[in-house]
Amino acid sequence: MSTVNCPECEAPIEFAEGTEAGEIIVCPDCGVDLEVTSIEPAAVQLAPMEQEDWGE
Amino acid sequence: MDCLLPSAFSWMILMQKRLKVGVLYSRVRVEEKWIFGAMEKRGIDYERLDDRAISFDLENPDPWKQYDAVLERSISYNSGLYALRLLNAFGVPTVNTASVAEICGDKLMTSAVLARDGVPQPRNVTAFSTEAALDAIEAFGYPVVLKPVVGSWGRLLAKINDRDAAEAVLEHKSTLGSVQHSVFYIQEFIEKPGRDLRIIMIGDKVLTGMYRSSEHWITNTARGGSGELCPITPEIEDICLRASKAVGGGLLGVDLVEHPEKGLVVNEINHTMEFHTMQPLSGIDIAGEIVEYVVKTATQNNKE
Repeated sequence: MSTVNCPECEAPIEFAEGTEAGEIIVCPDCGVDLEVTSIEPAAVQLAPMEQEDWGE
Repeated sequence: MDCLLPSAFSWMILMQKRLKVGVLYSRVRVEEKWIFGAMEKRGIDYERLDDRAISFDLENPDPWKQYDAVLERSISYNSGLYALRLLNAFGVPTVNTASVAEICGDKLMTSAVLARDGVPQPRNVTAFSTEAALDAIEAFGYPVVLKPVVGSWGRLLAKINDRDAAEAVLEHKSTLGSVQHSVFYIQEFIEKPGRDLRIIMIGDKVLTGMYRSSEHWITNTARGGSGELCPITPEIEDICLRASKAVGGGLLGVDLVEHPEKGLVVNEINHTMEFHTMQPLSGIDIAGEIVEYVVKTATQNNKE
């Protein structure tokens, strides 16, 4: 199972099974939104803030 | 015995081995996961196109022409819209088309085509200056709702209850907003029964629908509204088919409101609809339906 540290609070985060690159996950410790940038090796970055033209 | 026979759809896939589909996306939300899963389940040759990683060389459109169809699922309206415009200019079929995205992504454009085709909608007026907007609001009577023409998830909607609020909101919008916020889209406030309806359209098929309820006047589930399955009545079917036709058809999330005098009216139409609440609620494989529609579009292109 891939693990990575939260860039905000450094808490260890374990990817759930089926996690995909591009997915947004939430740090279980500090609650910040993180984007999964790579599964192997495991990597995350702070998710971009919502933009004005975002939507469905 | 039936289960042993390949469905017409499976045959179509077998016959069209060369089909290549692109999926343009910004983030892998649960909807994209389901769509990717549905592509893989059907053995479709597809490529994930992250809208932050791609670029278009107008002198070399060939890499894009390999796709028989591209499904657009961008979160950013601008990125999605311009990608669709380029792809359509290259002759690549897209779901939805650039024209549909142009209309659905802009509330004023949507209202214009609904009005053109006589599809019921809330009354609305547009103005381009704070003075003209204030005059229009006063003529309307309070309360009214001010909406940005581009935007989603219920963001920056303002319910205006009196002249003081109107003056304040208009001044804020003209001072703080981007140029787009100087297009003042003013809509009647509808005393709806604490809910609105989200209906999923797949081409000419009204697939499923739900009521979105909230004690807040904004009933969007992105704002915490909850969902309940809504039976598709002939009235719902009729207005959704007309709305879909007005905007150009495709994969659409039609939002309806129960107007106390007019009955059902179309509030807005989403061209890259989310369905994370709807799919489990309805038990319908919406992602699968989306994929089959995209494959149909790709197949038509593949034959041409």
